[in-house]
Amino acid sequence: MKHILNISCQTSALSDLRAFLQQALGSSLLTEIEKHQVTLAVEEVCANLIIHSHGCNPQDSIQLEVKDSAEKLIFEISDQGEAFNILDYEVPDLKKVMIEKRKGGLGIILVKKIMDEIEFESKNGTNTCRLIKWFRS
Amino acid sequence: MLRLEKTKEKQNDILSLFGEVDASNSVILDEAIQEIIASGAKSILIDGQNLEYISSAGLGVFMSYLEDFQEQAISMKICGLTPRVYEVFRILGLDQLIPIYQDRAAAFAD
Repeated sequence: MKHILNISCQTSALSDLRAFLQQALGSSLLTEIEKHQVTLAVEEVCANLIIHSHGCNPQDSIQLEVKDSAEKLIFEISDQGEAFNILDYEVPDLKKVMIEKRKGGLGIILVKKIMDEIEFESKNGTNTCRLIKWFRS
Repeated sequence: MLRLEKTKEKQNDILSLFGEVDASNSVILDEAIQEIIASGAKSILIDGQNLEYISSAGLGVFMSYLEDFQEQAISMKICGLTPRVYEVFRILGLDQLIPIYQDRAAAFAD
């Protein structure tokens, strides 16, 4: 099964993203708690792109494709903005985030803890972040 | 969609959250906490029993106050989280930094 969504680069689109994921994940083998967590991880990556790579410009958009197979779920997030390679981003220490009163950085911790694999590639002006979640048997 | 409600109970300023907190509305949560602090609150209880979803934007709001609250001897507790929302706090390790209780009664008793 394949599900595709185009997301306008504004934070108000995040609730539509969650509704789309709820539907796309409906028949998957994940538990309710896992569905909630992967939704959060996908939203964190999209929110980062919307805010930091596209400056909340509603004329821009990002594409999300959800691919479901027998053993895993793949979330492919593509955009044509400034490349943000999540793999290059060092996960900040939680205490450091607290002391520095940084409101960012937490999303990336969540993505890295929730997803089993993360891939990133930038080719011909298109950046693709692939988040993979394996089904536990 | 996020709705907030401010009440007082047993000398606690209670902020109840209804709905979802994400990057589009976390500023509302931030402003509500600022208002509670400005009113001189010393004991803040966040009631999350009707909180369906919170992303890092909302979690970051709580994080950003922790140090100031320590310095100013303001207590902040959270109660009533649903298992799936609690799990997000736990994954991040926020359950180690903010006291989280089953319900209001447990939060008041501590």
